[in-house]
Amino acid sequence: MSNVTALKRNTYLNAHLSCKINGEDVQVSVAPYKTLLEMLREDLRLTGTKHGCELGECGACAVLVDGEPVLSCLTLAVDAEGRTIETIEGLNDDAELHPLQAAFADLGGSQCGYCTPGILVTAKSLLQHNANPSRDEIREALSGNLCRCTGYAQIFEAVEEAVVRIGESGRRKMEVSR
Amino acid sequence: MSKPKKLSVIGKPRRRVDGASKVTGQTQFADDIVLPRMLHCKLLRSHLPHANIKSLDVSRAERHPGVKLVLSGKDFSNEYGILPVSQDEWPLCKDKVRFVGDPVAAVIAIDEITAAEALDLIEVEYEPLMTIADAVEGLNNPDSRLHEYSEEGNVHKRLSYEFGDVEAALAESDHVFEDTFFYEGNTHMPMEQHAAIGHVEADGRITLWSSTQCPHYVHRAIAKALEIPTAMIRVIATPNGGGFGGKTDPFNHEMVVVKAAILLGRPVKVALTREEVFYCHRGRHPVLMKFRTGVTNDGKLTGMHLQTLLDGGAYGSYGVASTFYTCVLQPTTYKLPRYAFDACRVFTNKPPCGPKRGHGTVQPRFGQEVQLDKIAEKLKMDPAAFRLNIVEQAGALTANYLKIGSMGLVECINKVVERSDWKNKYGKLPKGKGIGIACSAYLTGAGNSIYWNAMPHSGVQLKLDRSGKVTVFCGATEIGQGSDDVLVGIVAEVLGLDPILIRCVTGDTDLTPVDLGSYSSRVTLMMGNAAIQAAERARDLIAEAVAKRLEVPIELLVFADNRVFIAEDPEKGLDFHKAVVCAEEMHGTLGTTGSYAPPEPPGKYRGGGVGPSPAYSYTAAVVELDIDEQTGWINVERVYIAHDVGKALNPILTRGQVQGGVYMGLGEALMEEQTFRRLPARLSNALVHQTPSILEYKTLTSHDMPEVIIDLIEDPDENGPFGAKEAGQGPLTPIIPALANAVYDAVGVRIDEVPITAEKILKALDQKARGGEGRVGPDKFPDIEWPEPFQVPPPWEGGDGDAVNKPQRKRAAKMHEMDKFKKVASS
Repeated sequence: MSNVTALKRNTYLNAHLSCKINGEDVQVSVAPYKTLLEMLREDLRLTGTKHGCELGECGACAVLVDGEPVLSCLTLAVDAEGRTIETIEGLNDDAELHPLQAAFADLGGSQCGYCTPGILVTAKSLLQHNANPSRDEIREALSGNLCRCTGYAQIFEAVEEAVVRIGESGRRKMEVSR
Repeated sequence: MSKPKKLSVIGKPRRRVDGASKVTGQTQFADDIVLPRMLHCKLLRSHLPHANIKSLDVSRAERHPGVKLVLSGKDFSNEYGILPVSQDEWPLCKDKVRFVGDPVAAVIAIDEITAAEALDLIEVEYEPLMTIADAVEGLNNPDSRLHEYSEEGNVHKRLSYEFGDVEAALAESDHVFEDTFFYEGNTHMPMEQHAAIGHVEADGRITLWSSTQCPHYVHRAIAKALEIPTAMIRVIATPNGGGFGGKTDPFNHEMVVVKAAILLGRPVKVALTREEVFYCHRGRHPVLMKFRTGVTNDGKLTGMHLQTLLDGGAYGSYGVASTFYTCVLQPTTYKLPRYAFDACRVFTNKPPCGPKRGHGTVQPRFGQEVQLDKIAEKLKMDPAAFRLNIVEQAGALTANYLKIGSMGLVECINKVVERSDWKNKYGKLPKGKGIGIACSAYLTGAGNSIYWNAMPHSGVQLKLDRSGKVTVFCGATEIGQGSDDVLVGIVAEVLGLDPILIRCVTGDTDLTPVDLGSYSSRVTLMMGNAAIQAAERARDLIAEAVAKRLEVPIELLVFADNRVFIAEDPEKGLDFHKAVVCAEEMHGTLGTTGSYAPPEPPGKYRGGGVGPSPAYSYTAAVVELDIDEQTGWINVERVYIAHDVGKALNPILTRGQVQGGVYMGLGEALMEEQTFRRLPARLSNALVHQTPSILEYKTLTSHDMPEVIIDLIEDPDENGPFGAKEAGQGPLTPIIPALANAVYDAVGVRIDEVPITAEKILKALDQKARGGEGRVGPDKFPDIEWPEPFQVPPPWEGGDGDAVNKPQRKRAAKMHEMDKFKKVASS
């Protein structure tokens, strides 16, 4: 991964931080020079979050910090103190796939799957802000996430399909509650 | 079993078998693997493009706290390479570096940061050598030689072939067109950076996990480079986070982590940075090409002479094959009575070029299809009608002895013409708007293996037991294209099962039978046919037992809906689970195998082994765009593409491949380029990568991707499983020339050089405004001394597929170690 050479690792002590990750309170001891990406992948073994460049160029490492998509490769781990973090592993809180996950799997929104975690969390954040985004709004929201396989079309279609499914399941829930 | 049943899995859109694991982050890529006591490796790469290594001192690095091992060239005794004739790579450079990024040493330490710190402590003294920056420089400077084994100077390989007397054909033609084109190099840029973990078990067996498309070839290369018997090595290809050809070579970092694991007795991981991935490369060769094509007044081709010059980069890689591929597929789309080609690959001080999606065929297809556009204009013919008039026929044998199977190109052209409203748009759009068409063909698997052998190209094994579950094993590699899904889908279809009842194990040289790997669009066809054979053998074993149990003739049984039953009386039958129990009672432990090898190619001439394929896919594309004449900016409005895939096994995946191919084709056409620059003299004058980062290596984002209208043409090929042909590579190719032709339709300038940028359009427009021809592109093709051509008369001129002469060839092969390898391999 990173190619940091100037640091003298022995001159630092680990930082201890507390945060909420995927709904669970987590305490972690982490080297202060590490990025949030490295803490998630290496210290917490949440390897669902990927790295494609570690320079903030590709979007593969996106996670949600307090609900907003953030490039974890450009965020220091110590900045996670007190924050709420959501990764691909926590996209849905039960055993069912989140409608976004199901739609991506069904419609070919994920081919090699490497950019997928970053795209899914970014799309989730989009839908939290805008329950019914237009195609252009989806393009805009995902414009920082590169994908080399799909040519993006199936990704757009999957987000739109997820919107439909979320709407349907919402209506079903309302009917049941009546 | 006698009647073909209705397909229930094949051809139906469905969620791919690995879909859920990919959207949940469960898929384990190479860098996601963590083993107890694992160490980390970093490579010291040369900062000079061409230099002798005078001395290398690792003692300070070795003393750095946390460092466990430092390796350099002297720790390795053997070279390797993907092709038997190009065994020219060292795990770490021994006495010479050949490009910026060539690795000279490796540090293995307790963590990455410690290893990176220690890299700075390695002292290398270099003696800089003259740098070769491109193919023409390579031709002009034979004395600054990268490899001693090249044909001469920096000429790695030259080819020369004549299929009939092309000069006579051109002389008799109504028109002869001569055009030169240049296609800049570009790279795969898979989202996943390469990673590998070497591990040695306590008993000495070795395991390598790697993001490789070709575990079998890596297996062989490790055996050779490290002199370890193949039986002691296990290579596991982790799912690739995209490959596109960039992970088909065995790599130095793979050799290094295995060696380090052996020496240290601990697992060792290497994970490349993005910059290092640009140095691994093996991407699209920059190619200069010259086409001389004869046509009649009524628009028939009479002959073509193609010359190509490839900038190979610093090592052989797949280069000899790439060199052939810049020429051999030209006759597969249109009737071409006579054909000749000369091709030359030159070593340069840059990351090695190799196979990228469309391997070697994309560049000449660009030239050919743009030239056809020019020819159609000159003959005052509609470019689509002109092409329809010359399309090659299904079942044809081409001038260079490639056997065409099914051929849906006519339907592809008709489809994109209809969809795009071509007839009302071509030549009729307002200035600044344009539309262009182009076609292409691609292999569905190479007819020959990388190394000559008489064994299957793909093997599949099936295990069935009383659990009712079927496990299918195959060495093929999931690189995102959906090979696992194809494998499971085919077995599910033959056995009448829901795909969830089938587990697949792939890409593991210990557990799975050999499949040559995910390259050359070979997996669906070759693995697919092997899977059909294995599944049909399993079906026959089960049917025999069920027929006996039910006391019915075997021919009446049908496998469908997770049951085995009588077609006429569906109530009478067994659940699949019980049927397997029945079969296990009758036959004992159940297992079957399937194998596939491609048909013998018709061409018998030397070199005729590159180009043959069991089936060729066909594509036609129309690009519609508008151009801002003030800025030269190209806005692609829409792409229409029709791809003859034979049979779409899972249409969602097939469409995904086509769409992804269009995306990558547009990137190559408009912006992607792997280019180099010289540092200022005060900074060493070294030749360095222009843009070794994702930020600067421009690709299309979600904003740039236009609408793509896809039609799948299903013209089944008898060699394909259920008629299927490839979709992974072919659809990229026509996009680039279709875009170039649309640019001409829009603003009347020819950009005969890829990528087609705003800057080039402005330059051509400006030139045109001053009364020039309005063209940007190369002016000439250099004089190259070609060897005497192999003369192979085409089939219709009495040829039998062999050459009628025996030209002498200089041997340009680095394979002196192969004898040693054979000993190792057989030990």
